[in-house]
Amino acid sequence: MVEIHAYLCKNCGYCVKFCPKQILEIGTQRNRHGHFYPHLTDAGACISCAICASMCPEGAIELPEKGDA
Amino acid sequence: MAVYKRPELIADAPSGYCPGCLHSLATKLVAEAIEELGQADNALNVISVGCSALNILYWSGDFLSVAHGRAPAAATGIKRTNPERLVFAYQGDGDLAAIGLAEIMSAANRGENFTVVFANNQTYGMTGGQMAPTTLIGQKTTTTVYGRDPQTTGYPMKMCELISTLEAPVYVARFALNSPKGVNDARKGLKKAFRLQMEGKGFTFIELLTNCPTNWKMTPLQTLEYMNTNTIPYFKPGVYKDKEAQA
Ligand SMILES: Cc1ncc(C[n+]2csc(CCOP(=O)(O)OP(=O)(O)O)c2C)c(N)n1
Ligand code: SF4
Ligand code: SF4
Repeated sequence: MVEIHAYLCKNCGYCVKFCPKQILEIGTQRNRHGHFYPHLTDAGACISCAICASMCPEGAIELPEKGDA
Repeated sequence: MAVYKRPELIADAPSGYCPGCLHSLATKLVAEAIEELGQADNALNVISVGCSALNILYWSGDFLSVAHGRAPAAATGIKRTNPERLVFAYQGDGDLAAIGLAEIMSAANRGENFTVVFANNQTYGMTGGQMAPTTLIGQKTTTTVYGRDPQTTGYPMKMCELISTLEAPVYVARFALNSPKGVNDARKGLKKAFRLQMEGKGFTFIELLTNCPTNWKMTPLQTLEYMNTNTIPYFKPGVYKDKEAQA
């Protein structure tokens, strides 16, 4: 399951671009540094590939456990 | 077990890097590679001058911050006196290929047993986007306002190609950080370089093609496309030297 640490995000868009299932989307809330940040639009469709986490320059995405998306 | 865990070698705070700057991804990859090798407490980052130096805040492991261009000289002393430590220099292209050209070539030629991680963003990011030795032909910077002209400023310097002509280096490779495959390859390349160092094999050099959204005056996503069409065709990713594979 993807876990997004909003406070670390800088809204670069890399996670959204590279998600093979296209289930990440930048939201309309700003984090405490003023950046919009992503959320999952369909958690059930996540395949835990971790591409979003791997591409995030800030380490703002983690996948704590496999399978329980 | 976690599928992806944020490395502990980077600080639990946003980096000082601009949004989408691949310096932060490069630093995170170095941290991942070192942690996967179980070397987190043993690693020492020799930090150069430039936006590379924002590592002073982002890197939460041991580090030394040294004079502009001199990281390979400083790393030489550190590694020779602390041979058991995993030592790497983290350098930008202005730092490594301009002011520090003598230090990098000499350390590589001596076959010093440490790793250089070279973040090539084709500009001087920290000082406002001046031309670097690696700036592409035609690329506009604050000191090449009509685009880099080889008649007056020469051609972009290919450091992997140059260093791989030397006898001593054991592993020399270039990776592009603008795609998931490039990032995976880079993580593997970094791990290999650090492993070779810990086996005492000698000098290893990893070039990472990065960006500078701020001074390229592009959005982060535009820089990734620009890298595909401009940077990668000139600075070709690949393994330029691998003594282990040749053996
Ligand atoms: C001796 C010395 N000369 C010049 C400078 C100014 N200076 C600071 S960073 C830099 C260039 C850094 O460029 P690069 O290595 O490409 O790093 P980037 O910021 O792009 O990551 C320069 C010239 C300095 N700090 N010290
Ligand atoms: S890749 Fe990271 S910093 Fe960039 S938008 Fe996604 S979560 Fe935010
Ligand atoms: S100025 Fe350029 S190199 Fe420096 S942090 Fe910003 S994007 Fe990165």
